[in-house]
Amino acid sequence: MTAAPLVIDVEGINKHFGDKHVVKDLSLQVRQGEIFGFLGPNGSGKTTSIRMLCGLLTPDSGRGSCLGLDVLTESAAIKRQVGYMTQKFSLWDDLTIGENLDFVARMFGVAQRREVVARTLDELGLGGRRDQLAGTLSGGWKQRLALAACLQHKPRLLLLDEPTAGVDPKARRDFWEEIHRLSAAGITVLVSTHYMDEAERCHRLAYIAYGALMASGTAHEVVAAQQLSTWSLSGPHLQGLAQTLGDLPGVDLVASFGATLHVSGKDAAALEASLKDFARRKGLTATAVAASLEDAFIYLMQNSQDPFAGGK
Amino acid sequence: MNGFSLSRWFGIMLKEFIQLRRDRLTFGMIVGIPIMQLMLFGFAINSDPRHLPTAVVMADPGPFARAYVAAMRNSDYFRIVGTVDARDADSLLDRSQVQFVVTFPPGFHRDLVRGKSPVLLVEADATDPMATGGAISVLNHLGAEVFAPDLPGVQRPGMAAVDLRVHRRYNPEGITAYNVVPGLLGVILTMTMVLMTGLAMTRERERGTFENLLATPATPVEVMTGKIVPYIVIGLVQVTLILLAARWIFQVPMHGSLLVLYAVVLLFIVANLALGITFSSIARNQLQAMQLTFFFFLPSMLLSGFMFPFRGMPEWAQVVGNALPLTHFLVLVRGIMLKGNDMGMLWDQVWPLLLFIAVVLVVGLKTFRRTLD
Ligand SMILES: Nc1ncnc2c1ncn2[C@@H]1O[C@H](COP(=O)(O)OP(=O)(O)O)[C@@H](O)[C@H]1O
Ligand SMILES: [Mg+2]
Repeated sequence: MTAAPLVIDVEGINKHFGDKHVVKDLSLQVRQGEIFGFLGPNGSGKTTSIRMLCGLLTPDSGRGSCLGLDVLTESAAIKRQVGYMTQKFSLWDDLTIGENLDFVARMFGVAQRREVVARTLDELGLGGRRDQLAGTLSGGWKQRLALAACLQHKPRLLLLDEPTAGVDPKARRDFWEEIHRLSAAGITVLVSTHYMDEAERCHRLAYIAYGALMASGTAHEVVAAQQLSTWSLSGPHLQGLAQTLGDLPGVDLVASFGATLHVSGKDAAALEASLKDFARRKGLTATAVAASLEDAFIYLMQNSQDPFAGGK
Repeated sequence: MNGFSLSRWFGIMLKEFIQLRRDRLTFGMIVGIPIMQLMLFGFAINSDPRHLPTAVVMADPGPFARAYVAAMRNSDYFRIVGTVDARDADSLLDRSQVQFVVTFPPGFHRDLVRGKSPVLLVEADATDPMATGGAISVLNHLGAEVFAPDLPGVQRPGMAAVDLRVHRRYNPEGITAYNVVPGLLGVILTMTMVLMTGLAMTRERERGTFENLLATPATPVEVMTGKIVPYIVIGLVQVTLILLAARWIFQVPMHGSLLVLYAVVLLFIVANLALGITFSSIARNQLQAMQLTFFFFLPSMLLSGFMFPFRGMPEWAQVVGNALPLTHFLVLVRGIMLKGNDMGMLWDQVWPLLLFIAVVLVVGLKTFRRTLD
């Protein structure tokens, strides 16, 4: 995998909207065939970054290439080889399913357009509904249609912006299976998401908060880089304890995980001492566990809100 | 690098047609606006313009004729642009360079002195009857005032010094509909063409579909021109509707060539569409596009010579009016329908339209945003 060529390679990209610094010095490397997860809270600049990759927004500064083409000057050529699925459904509500596919295929100059559209409809299982207006589809179907539309011209790179937001679990699972199939066929996929389980399905990740890249690498590397010790607390009456726990020495983060609480901190010794004492007093069980990706992300998000504790 | 693709262009046009067909409101507007405005503006609005350009044909120069011309000038209603021969005078009227031609016949002086009431011919461009009404009524009194002091006793009681004959050219009965209906052609086209194209692009932006369009290799020229074509067709349908109404409801004559008329209409449609597309690349949303349209529409209505006779407007208003395509289109349409103007006679009004299109398109392509910035 490491030998695969870089499909996305950007460095020091910045974007301002007015006096708002939305993307700060972003650098990203994505290799061919990879599924690259792009994570971060709302408003952190994921959509803006993706738009800059496919030439929909012009970076204020920085340099980079996408599919070997310059992001700043060759966006027309980039567009032809990229499939971009927008965060909000943005096909035409007042065109039918068939008309939408046909229009997009025309815009990309797809050869044998009719056959391609017909095949896309069949594979979607929408052959019988080709004359239905796209605006009347449910969320899950809209998402499948949007993905199918941007695959028709056989892009080498897929940019998917929160493709599974508001989609039911079954449709999400099918969707991810499709993504893995595409990746196996050599298509590079950059996908932004909020869901932890989806983050874990990616080969590599980047976490971005308030416009700044906080961590990147495989899920393992991202977790390890935070150097967190994590303990799982279980027992009766856990609900009211989060506040008290947070004030203990060595505790940086408290998060509920189903019936247990995950308590994490950078200072392993102080954390262990505090927790063992606390558990004994309250009659709880404390067990050391491996920090999960979610612990790492919550930790990152918490830290990024404090401008003096940012990951720089 | 990314040249014009006929197939993409066709795709954009096709999509626009399909969307238009499904948009009942817009479809209603296409038919509704002409009908509504035909009814609203079927009535006349009064006005009393002065300083109307007038040419003099002087077959018999003499002190009386000169005194008469001076009196016309003093009346404020006439601005004498010069003395010409009869053939040139006709052409000046045809090209709308003058509103009146006053002809002093041979032997005017002699007949006047002998009390034989010589004919004084006044030809008026009556395509807009409101523009000439006031001036003509002034002429009726002028003869007595000018000649009476110098011709004591010559006049027999009850007999005018001159036999004033007014020819209302192009619209002999002074029918307002002759003026208003061709004018409506221009007003309706301005309204619907600018508005609908203005909305076409901002709608994509507002619904978020513009992002999808931008993510495809389609170029600005393809998008702009592809989106324009359906509206050209709509414009021609509207024109046909109005022309049928002009013919069968208002009995407006058609003296010129229908082909020339449609050619001029096409030019005017393109001018308005170019403006609409430019508005839509400046505006951020549909509301702004609408506001820009009305900002343009109002002076077009008031200062083009549609609402008020152009020559009755103050200088500054005429300057503004001359920058509006409707002003020139009105002269063109009235010229073709009522005066039977042919191609060769239209150039004076055609070049301002061409200039307008060129300027607006340059602005439009410069402001077209290829990105979402
Ligand atoms: N076109 C725009 N104009 C002004 N501000 C914008 C624009 N697009 C995004 N923003 C702002 O930039 C920030 C990042 O937005 P976005 O990239 O959409 O974040 P994300 O996709 O991670 O939720 C947000 O604060 C958003 O309000
Ligand atoms: Mg987003």
